[in-house]
Amino acid sequence: MRNAFAAEITALAAQDERVVLLSGDIGNRLFDRYKAQCDGRFFNCGVAEANMMGMAAGLAMSGLRPVVYTITPFTTTRCLEQIRVDVCYHNVPVTIVGTGAGLSYASLGATHHSCEDIAFLRALPHMTVLCPADAVEVRLAVRAALAHEGPVYIRIGKKGEPVIHQSEPEFVIGQPIVLREGDDVCLLGTGNMLPLALQAADLLDERGLSAQVVSFHTVKPLNEAFLSAVFARFACVATIEEHSVIGGLGGAVAEWLADRASQKARLCRIGTPDEFFHEAGEQEYARHIWGLTSENIAARVEALAKGARS
Amino acid sequence: MQPSVETVAPAPETAGDLDAVARRVRGRIIEMSQRAGTAHLASALSCVDILVATYWRILRHDPARPDAPERDRFILSKGHAISALYAVLAERGYFAPELLATYNQDGGSLPEQPSPGCAPGVELATGSLGHGLPVGLGMALAARIQRRDYRVYVVLSDGECNEGSVWEAAMMAPAQKLNNVTVVVDFNKWQATGRSEEIMSLAPLADKWRAFGWDACDVDGHDIEALVEALARRGERPQAIIAHTVKGKGVSFMEDDNNWHYRSPNAAELEMARQELGLL
Repeated sequence: MRNAFAAEITALAAQDERVVLLSGDIGNRLFDRYKAQCDGRFFNCGVAEANMMGMAAGLAMSGLRPVVYTITPFTTTRCLEQIRVDVCYHNVPVTIVGTGAGLSYASLGATHHSCEDIAFLRALPHMTVLCPADAVEVRLAVRAALAHEGPVYIRIGKKGEPVIHQSEPEFVIGQPIVLREGDDVCLLGTGNMLPLALQAADLLDERGLSAQVVSFHTVKPLNEAFLSAVFARFACVATIEEHSVIGGLGGAVAEWLADRASQKARLCRIGTPDEFFHEAGEQEYARHIWGLTSENIAARVEALAKGARS
Repeated sequence: MQPSVETVAPAPETAGDLDAVARRVRGRIIEMSQRAGTAHLASALSCVDILVATYWRILRHDPARPDAPERDRFILSKGHAISALYAVLAERGYFAPELLATYNQDGGSLPEQPSPGCAPGVELATGSLGHGLPVGLGMALAARIQRRDYRVYVVLSDGECNEGSVWEAAMMAPAQKLNNVTVVVDFNKWQATGRSEEIMSLAPLADKWRAFGWDACDVDGHDIEALVEALARRGERPQAIIAHTVKGKGVSFMEDDNNWHYRSPNAAELEMARQELGLL
C-alpha cells in the first residue's frame, strides 16, 4: 500500500504544483521518483514530528496542499497537539498519511503499532478519517483527500497486502463500497482487514450464512443512511478493523446505534483488545493471537447470527 | 518574484514618537485588562516595544489588506499576550480601536486568546506555546515554493522556549536554509510560576540559538531603535533576537512582579498606571 501511495502522490504532484510532501525521515528510496520530479516540494523533516505537522499547517495556510507521511503512531499520537490545534482548529487542508497502521509493524513492538489512532483522530472536529482497503483504494483515497478542502487522515498498511479491486471502483469520501453481496449478515470492514473479511464471508457461505462485505473506508464522516439500511436489513452486522474495539469503526457504529430505537441487527465489534501486544512476532502471528483471523471472524458472526435467530 | 508590500499607512518618523505610541498601547492594554478582568497583563506589557518596532518600522504590510499574499507574516506565538497585539493592530489601523472594548466580552470579536481569523491581522490562534515557530517555518517555506518575497517574524516567550517543538523548529530552519525568518524572544525572566532560570536552564539563550545554526544577538527589549536595528538584520541564516525585557514594563508597581501574570488592575490602579504613562 505504501508503494501505491508513493506512486499516486508522485503523479498528483506532477499535475498540481501546490502539493508538498513532508516525510518524517522514513521511506528509504520510496520517494526517489517524487524527488527527481518535484525536488523543491519534498522535505525530509527529520525525526521531529511536532515541527513537521506545524510546518504542514503553515504551508496549508499559505495556499499549498501538504501531505505528511510517516509511520502511523508518529504522525498521529506523537503530534496530536499539532493536529488538533494547528490543523483542525484552523481547519486547513493537510493530508496526514499514516503507514503501517494497526499491526503492520507487529515485530517492532507496541511503539510501532497503532490501534488507537482512529479513536483519537475521529474525535477531532473537521477531521476526515479514511481507511483504504487495498492499494487501489489508497490511490483513490489520496486523490479524494487532495480534492477535499479540509484535514484528512488516511490510514494505510505497509506492503504485500492483497489487492481486492480488480478495477477502479467509484471512490467518494463517506460512501462505503459493497464488495460482495449477501442477505443474512453484513461485514463492515475498514482498512487492511478487508481481505480477511472476504475470506470470512467464504467460510460463512459454507455454513449457510450469506454475507455482504463492505469496504467501509470512511470512518468519519459516518454514513448514517448506509448504516440505517444495513441495520434494518440484516440479522447481524460486524465491524472488522485492525484497531482497538474501543473508539474505532466499531466504536463509531456503536455510538450511532445507541442513539436509535432498537434495530433489527445486532452489532458485533471485531478488533484488537484493550491491551498492548508484548510478544515477539510478525503481523500474521499477532493477528492469530488476537483472533483477527477469518476463522474467528466467521465463528463470532455465526454465533451472533444464531443467537439472533433463537 | 511578486512585488513586495511597502508600508502604506503613515508611520511616525522619530524615536520619540514611537515611544509615545508604545505608551498609548500600554495604556490600552491595561485598560483592556481592567475592563475584562483578564490575566497575563505583565506578559503583554513586556513585548510592547518589540511589537511597536515591528509594526511601525519593519513589517512590509498594509493594514487595509490584512490578507495580501505578499505581506510579511507576524506571529505572536506567546498567545497569552494577545492583548498587546490587539492594541497594536488597532493603533496601526487594522481595525477600529472601539473594538478593543469587546475584548473577552461574551459574543465579542476579540477573544481572551485568539481564535482562527478572529480579527484582521491575527495570523494564528496561539495560546498553546510552541506552535508559532513550526507554523511560521511552514509559511516561510511556502514563500520559497511560491516565489514570494515575504518574511516571517515570530515572537516567543522565554517560558515558551521550554517547549521541545521550539527546538525542533530551531534545528530545521538552518537545515532548510530558511533565511526569511526572524525570531524574537521576549526574555522577561519570568514564567507562570517562577523565574525562568529556576525552572529550566535557559541561559545562555543567544548562544543556544547560535549553536542551533541561527545568527543571534542580545538586545535591550525596550529600546525601540535598537530593536529596529536588530529586526532589520539579514544574512544567510535565520535571525534570532534575544530581547531582554522587564515583565510588566511601563508601570512602576507592575514591573518584575509576577503577581501581575495573574492579576488584573482595579479602577484606581488603572488611573495610576495611566498617569505614570503620561496618558491623563
